[in-house]
Amino acid sequence: MMADKRTTVDNIVGELRSGMTIGIGGWGSRRKPMAVVRAICRSDLTDLTVVAYGGPDVGLLCATGKVRKVVCGFVTLDSIALDPHWRAARQHGRVEVMEVDEGMFFLGLQAAAWRVPFLPTRAGLGSDVLSINPDLRLVRSPYGAGSPYAGDPADADVELVAMPALRLDAAIVHTNRADAAGNGQVLSPDPFFDPLFLGAAERRFITTERIVADGTLADEAHPLSTVPIHRMLTDGVAETPGGAHFTANPPDYGRDEAFQKEYAAAAAAPAEWDAFAGRYVLVGEDEYQARIRERQAR
Amino acid sequence: MTDHHVTGVTRAEFCIVACADAWRGAGEVMASPFGTIPALGARLAKLTFAPDLVLTDGEAALMVGAPPIAAKPAELVREAAMTYRSVFDVVWSGRRHIMMMASQIDRTGNQNISAIGPHDRPKVQLVGVRGAPGNSVNHPTSYWVPDHNTRSFVEQVDVVSGVGYARAAAAGAGATRFHDVRRVVSNLGVFDFETPDRTMRLQSRHPGVSVDDVVTATGFALTIGDDAAETRLPTPEELDLIREVLDPGALRDREVRS
Repeated sequence: MMADKRTTVDNIVGELRSGMTIGIGGWGSRRKPMAVVRAICRSDLTDLTVVAYGGPDVGLLCATGKVRKVVCGFVTLDSIALDPHWRAARQHGRVEVMEVDEGMFFLGLQAAAWRVPFLPTRAGLGSDVLSINPDLRLVRSPYGAGSPYAGDPADADVELVAMPALRLDAAIVHTNRADAAGNGQVLSPDPFFDPLFLGAAERRFITTERIVADGTLADEAHPLSTVPIHRMLTDGVAETPGGAHFTANPPDYGRDEAFQKEYAAAAAAPAEWDAFAGRYVLVGEDEYQARIRERQAR
Repeated sequence: MTDHHVTGVTRAEFCIVACADAWRGAGEVMASPFGTIPALGARLAKLTFAPDLVLTDGEAALMVGAPPIAAKPAELVREAAMTYRSVFDVVWSGRRHIMMMASQIDRTGNQNISAIGPHDRPKVQLVGVRGAPGNSVNHPTSYWVPDHNTRSFVEQVDVVSGVGYARAAAAGAGATRFHDVRRVVSNLGVFDFETPDRTMRLQSRHPGVSVDDVVTATGFALTIGDDAAETRLPTPEELDLIREVLDPGALRDREVRS
C-alpha cells in the first residue's frame, strides 16, 4: 500500500507560516494553483517571499498585502501584458523584488533541487540584474589555460554569474490529474517548471482537478510523458476542481478572459478592489466556484 | 497618408521586410519574434530566403511551415516539442535569433523592459527583464520598436535588461563571446552597430522618412551611414505573400500606421 497523501487546500495553507518562502508553479496566467492562492489571501499569513514565473498569483497576493518580497523575471497576465496589481505594488514601493533573468530563475530552482549552492551561467552578465541585486556574485572558471579540462580558449578563466539556489520552504503546483500517492499529470503540452519547484522545496504540494486511482494516470491515450511529477516530489495532494481558475488549464478549461479583465480593472481604485475582493477573494472556495458558475451561466 | 516614393507599399510592409532581412542567412535556428511585424517578418523569411528557420507555436511546440498570422491554434501543424524548459537549451546553445521589443533602447544597444525610473520604486513598472539578459549574451539579438521617439530611443536606458556593446565589453569575455546585437528596426528605419565604437548607426530610412525625421525622433547622437540609403522594397513575391497569404486581415496596419 502506497502512502495516501490526500489532503485539502485548507490543510496545505495551514502548513504555511508567515515569513516563509513559497514557490508557486505554472507560468504567467497559466495553470496556477489559484485555490491555494485564494486561501492564502483569506488567511492571516503575512510577510511571504513569493518565488514564481509571475502571473495573477503574484498580483492577488500583493493586492491582499501578503507579500514582503517577490523573486521573479516578470509578472504577466499573458493576454494583458502586465498585472496592474503588481504594477501598483511596485510603484507604491509596497513590495521588494529580486528580479532576475528567466533562465537564472530556472537555474536557481535547479541548484536548490540538486543541493548545490549555485549554478554558473552567462545570463545576467553586463545587465542591471547584477546591480539591482547587489548580493549576486560572479564565479571564475577554475579551468584555465594549463588545465586538461580547458575547453575553448575563449572560456579560460571566464567569469560567469553564480546564480544562487532558490530554496523554498514550500511549493504548490496545480495539475490536471494526480493520484493519492502524489504522482502528478499535466495534460497540456508544457509542464513548465513544476517538477523543479517541488524539487527545490521543503514541503511539496499538488492541487489537482481530479484525483484518480493509483497507477491509472497513464493509459493508451495518455503516455507516461504526461506524468512529469513523481511521488518522491510530493508530500500532499488536494483535489480542488476549478482550482486554477481564472488562469488557463487546458484541456480542462481555458483562461477566463472576461473574469481576468474584471480582476485587472479592479486595480483602478480602492473601492473597485474592495467590491471585487468582497465578491471573489475573501469568500471560501466553494462559494467562489458557485459564483463563477453563476457568471458563466449568465 | 505618407508620401511614399514607391506607390502602394505601406510603412508596415517596409518594416516587415526589414525585420525579415534580420534572419537572412540565419540557417537552422529558432526565430523568436515579438510583435506582429516581426512575426510576419520571420514567417516571410521562412517562406522565401531562410527556409530552414524554426518557428514556435507560441506555446510548447515547433511548427511546420509559416502559417498565416491569424491562424488558430487548431490549424497549426507541429513537428517537435519545445517546452519552456527546453527553450533554455536552445538559448544557451546559441541556436536562436530573437527579435524583442524595447520600451527603451540606447546608443550602445542596451534595452529596457523592466522599469522606467529607479528600480527600487519605479515611476512605471514594466513587464520585467524576462529573458533579455541571457538572450543578449548568448545568441544574436535584434529589436523592434514600433514607436520611434525620444522616449524610446534614449541616451541611456533606465534598467539594462538586454545588454548592449559597451556593457558587454565591460563585463568581459563571458559576456562578449556570443554577444551580437544585430539590428534595430523601428517604424522610421533600420539601425545597426557597425561603427568603430559599436554605437548605433542609421543603416537605412524607410521610404517617406527623412534623415532629419530620424535624427529628431532620436534622443542621442546617431551615426548616419549613407544618408541616401532607403530600406529596400519588398519583391513582388514578398508583397504577395504578405498581403494574400500571411496577413490578409492587415493586422500589420494596427502596429504601424502608414
